[in-house]
Amino acid sequence: MMNLLSTRHAARQRSYAWMVLVAYIVFLMLPLYWLLMMSFKTNQEILSTFSLWPQEFTLQNYVTILSDSSWYSGYINSMMYVVMNTLISLAVALPAAYAFSRYRFLGDKHLFFWLLTNRMAPPAVFVLPFFQLYSAFGLIDTHIAVALAHCLFNVPLAVWILEGFMSSVPREIDETAYIDGYSFPRFFTKIFTPLIAPGIGVAAFFCFMFSWVELLIARTLTVTDAKPISAIMTRTVSASGLDWGVLAAAGMLTVIPGALVIYFVRNHIAKGFALGRV
Amino acid sequence: MKSWNNKAWFLVLPVLLLVAFSAIIPLMTVVNYSVQDSFGNNEFYWVGLEWFKEVLESERFHNALMRNLLFSAIILLIEIPLGIAIALAMPRRGWGVSVCLVLMALPLLIPWNVVGTIWQVFARVDIGLLGYTLTQLGFDYNYTQDVVDAWITLIVMDVWHWTSLVVLLCYSGLVSIPQAYYQAARIDGASRWAVFRYIQLPKMRRVLVIAVLLRFMDSFMIYTEPFVVTGGGPGNATTFLSIDLVQMAIGQFDLGPAAAMSLIYFLIILLVSWVFYTVMTQQDADSAPGRGQP
Repeated sequence: MMNLLSTRHAARQRSYAWMVLVAYIVFLMLPLYWLLMMSFKTNQEILSTFSLWPQEFTLQNYVTILSDSSWYSGYINSMMYVVMNTLISLAVALPAAYAFSRYRFLGDKHLFFWLLTNRMAPPAVFVLPFFQLYSAFGLIDTHIAVALAHCLFNVPLAVWILEGFMSSVPREIDETAYIDGYSFPRFFTKIFTPLIAPGIGVAAFFCFMFSWVELLIARTLTVTDAKPISAIMTRTVSASGLDWGVLAAAGMLTVIPGALVIYFVRNHIAKGFALGRV
Repeated sequence: MKSWNNKAWFLVLPVLLLVAFSAIIPLMTVVNYSVQDSFGNNEFYWVGLEWFKEVLESERFHNALMRNLLFSAIILLIEIPLGIAIALAMPRRGWGVSVCLVLMALPLLIPWNVVGTIWQVFARVDIGLLGYTLTQLGFDYNYTQDVVDAWITLIVMDVWHWTSLVVLLCYSGLVSIPQAYYQAARIDGASRWAVFRYIQLPKMRRVLVIAVLLRFMDSFMIYTEPFVVTGGGPGNATTFLSIDLVQMAIGQFDLGPAAAMSLIYFLIILLVSWVFYTVMTQQDADSAPGRGQP
């Protein structure tokens, strides 16, 4: 009797859980669904009739974007600085995270906290000084400028995540390797890096994510040659008298890289989050 | 124990140089502006703490600050409990996990101004699904005219955008709980609430600290989404600190006040984050179970 009651109870709980989940996911998907449908409509249809799906299905909006280099170069620009930023962030964060996880040194705690405070700096604060600094170095409108500027918030985050992963690797492994005659660089690349591969994946995911979604700094530091897609969107919209269809298609295309990245790391997200403290 | 080794500084050096370039130098520039005034022509003279006084006393700053604090408070009150609830509802294994994770993480990887555009379109009364439906149902909804509607739109948008981050963090805390804990709880006849209160919540504490900090910082720094959706309006109803700041620095080119405001803004975030962090980790130390385990 007790058993029956509790299973019935559990079954009811599970159906509640499903209802919550489905409701939440529907809520997440509705605005995206609307954007997707708009991208398949003509501008005229969007403005004149209200319908849940396109009456005259068209791919013209996507053709407009993919055949015009002033549109699609934005994607290439975005991709370039995002990848650069991810590589730079990981390259400098890996040794630093190792130092924080393995050694005590003068001022280590202060340094770690100070690094994190950079994550707390509002990008709006840095817009003006960044512009002047990068102008002085002649870096305005280059991909590397945006990549370096995004290090402001990505490097601290990468150090934080990687430090968590590295701390979960037992110190004995390092010591054994040194006794076996490994030098530090060889140990680091051959033994240690494979051990924390999921952590590197998670850190890369976060760097990609925060660099890909940031607009304020990226827009400030670029003029034409390195302009990110999200900035091109805003400009074209104001100039061409609001072509909603093209706008929706451009928006849809910025969703795709993110969706792909998530799909590739989906098995590591949950595991990665837990292992690496974040 | 970690060994004491000052040579570790060499490993930290690249980070230090990079962050010096991307944070310290710009910050020094800001400090520099905040204590000087200019007549143009690059002639500057010392004004001391004049700008700080002016900003701290100005009505405009107070209002923007209150809006920011209210916004962050509402966001935290909604997103944290909702995130925990959804993380608890998620399946632990099977194909459902991947589907949930991929769909939920999707809003996190959309550029912020596209998020703004999506909601701007979605909430429009003439061509947007949400706005049109609400109007058809007889609600007097218009986020470009009405202050309350504008706020609700921004809050719902932020919930849409960021709750998944809380969910993912909490979920990772939940899956790290060994099955043995639940078995022990079942043998003791613990209620669902007791399992949550004494097993799941303490195990999630660490990730929750991160979730609260990240959500506070990011909601307090919010710029792009409200800028795209409402542009700070109607009136000044959604002009948050960063919108005000960018307008002041780049729109009006009032460098001195803008720089002083930047520093005050930064210090507020630092202070509040530090308080959150200390309080939440303090609790961690008080209720011992979660302590000492990764």
